[in-house]
Amino acid sequence: MATDIATPRASSNIVIVGHVDHGKSTLVGRLFYDTDSLPEGRYAAVARVCEETGKPFEFAFLLDALEEERDQGITIDTARARFHTARRDYVLIDAPGHKEFLKNMVSGAAAADAALLLIDAAEGVQEQSRRHGYLLHLLGIRQVVVVINKMDLVGYRQRAFADVRRAYLDFLAALGVHPQAVVPVSAREGDNIAAASARMPWYDGPTVVEALDAFAARPSREHLPLRFPVQDVYKFDHRRIIAGRVEAGAIAEGDTILFTPSGHRGVVKSIERWHPSRTGPARAGESIGITLTEQLFIERGEVISHLADAPRAGAELRANLFWLGDRHLAPGRPYVLKLATQEVPCAAAGVSGVINTATLEHVAAHEVAKNEVATVTLALKTPVAYDCFTDIVETGRFVLVDGYDVAGGGIVLPPVEDDYTI
Amino acid sequence: MEHLDALENQSIYILREAYKKFKKLAMLWSIGKDSTVLLWLARKAFFGHCPIPLVHIDTSYKIPAMIAFRDQLAREWSLRLIVGQNTAALADGMGPERGRLTCCTALKTEGLQLLMAERGFTGLILGIRRDEEGTRAKERYFSPRDKHFEWNYKDQPPELWDQFKTDFDADTHIRIHPLLHWTEIDVWEYIRREAIPIIDLYFAKDGERYRSLGCWPCTGRVKSNAATVEEIIAELRATNTSERAGRAQDHEDTYAMQKLRAKGYM
Repeated sequence: MATDIATPRASSNIVIVGHVDHGKSTLVGRLFYDTDSLPEGRYAAVARVCEETGKPFEFAFLLDALEEERDQGITIDTARARFHTARRDYVLIDAPGHKEFLKNMVSGAAAADAALLLIDAAEGVQEQSRRHGYLLHLLGIRQVVVVINKMDLVGYRQRAFADVRRAYLDFLAALGVHPQAVVPVSAREGDNIAAASARMPWYDGPTVVEALDAFAARPSREHLPLRFPVQDVYKFDHRRIIAGRVEAGAIAEGDTILFTPSGHRGVVKSIERWHPSRTGPARAGESIGITLTEQLFIERGEVISHLADAPRAGAELRANLFWLGDRHLAPGRPYVLKLATQEVPCAAAGVSGVINTATLEHVAAHEVAKNEVATVTLALKTPVAYDCFTDIVETGRFVLVDGYDVAGGGIVLPPVEDDYTI
Repeated sequence: MEHLDALENQSIYILREAYKKFKKLAMLWSIGKDSTVLLWLARKAFFGHCPIPLVHIDTSYKIPAMIAFRDQLAREWSLRLIVGQNTAALADGMGPERGRLTCCTALKTEGLQLLMAERGFTGLILGIRRDEEGTRAKERYFSPRDKHFEWNYKDQPPELWDQFKTDFDADTHIRIHPLLHWTEIDVWEYIRREAIPIIDLYFAKDGERYRSLGCWPCTGRVKSNAATVEEIIAELRATNTSERAGRAQDHEDTYAMQKLRAKGYM
């Protein structure tokens, strides 16, 4: 698929999630094969592994590279690979469906622009189908297509498709998630993947590839209020450079800026780049540096904004949170909150609602166990700068570190007791 | 944002996180295209400087031109270069004839292990990419290794929203992979855009070129007439052959890379 060599094509990150054994890795393999995106030798290498181990050819093996994954037939860790359609390039993220590997699923899904939710037509909606739908919602992924797989096992019957479709759409609707399409497929047989299937004439919607191509490109964050978290301060030469990545908005020479939570103010003397591909104001997504007209004592963590539209500051956060740690999240236990480049010790002051992600029911509990989600109030040792997730995503989400590892992630809710629950 | 700019900005962010979080930090420079691009990105991240020392593990089997190129660039860019070598294993006669995987482990992995222990590095930046081979596709940007250098690929920490694993036990170190999201073509397109100096072994002579660089006994050339960066990009767009096809150690058995990497190979 030749493209103009002078213009590298943009790529979109797509995660494929679903219950274990519903056929994610097979779908990935099939997408690669049917769009002619497989590196040479890869098909042959997989064929050889299958022959050596006495198994029929498995598309899943294209991405399940670890010996354990192939032996057990389940994806353990997330993998990524590129594939392309006539419209654009994709990075496909294959995320594990087994409950035990939810943290790997979250690691893969958190990087996605859009998601394919895969369900087995014969087995129907399962616990992980619901949990993944919920987590995608919490991770802020709004572009979703549901793929109902293994239609070959139910005789390509419209009725079987309609039943699973209705059950899952009802569940997602309760979360406020409305998929762009629901596609009946057989990944193993290649029905409705890249080409419309002759075996399901009753279906007139898009194929999986058409549904992917219909996703919108990543929205630009340039029009939002400026958020420039300080990553570090350098003094390698005569310049004292405040380095960081512009997470939202834009910053220009001469701008008067505010540092939150310290409240310092300053004026941008220069935007610093080395061997730049562009000059002028720095926009969302750019890793740059700035110097100030007057020196201030600035440390990592502060969030730079303009004077108007500053982020909120406070020592208490209300959040929806998912927990991945082996030890329960419990009130009073010490954690470190990481939000943008800020790191602050904290504790859960209150757990106001643990949600069973399979039924969406609230559970009366004071601790949050692994793979559960909850609404919590966090008490921070010192104030942080933050936004509500629905206003600015990059400064509206955080992780909690328990000991050495990230044990949970959350999105910030409005601080007042609004009625906003998920 | 343009594709190469997006890749670059993400890598710079990771390099700056590593520099901020690890007091004893080094960057592995194999003299190949990827780690040379990484070095260029470090100079971008730190505004023309490279405050992180570079480590080269010299197996003594490297192609001589690589050593000359290394020393020249180190001089021109004022780099802090640390060369490591497993001299005990070499004195004992270690070489590829003892088995490619045995040799890789002794001269590369253990060579690196010795140097890390001697210098006390707790963070190591490497230029691996997810598209190189299957086990690298499952890596994290910040990936822990235990005191035996082992990678527990079955139980990796979660990584989301650019919040990385920067807290760790005293016995472990962290591998940092700022190029993980790049592809081979991305690397060459970036080399072209930025005009980064690259060792000429990649450019075809007499109908052959190196696509991936390593030790001379185990690294083969591929048939190619691509003598410029432009021609390499055009060739890669047309090819379906995998990048490491010329690296003999990968093909020793089906899970060669998994076995090497679980023990601490790059």
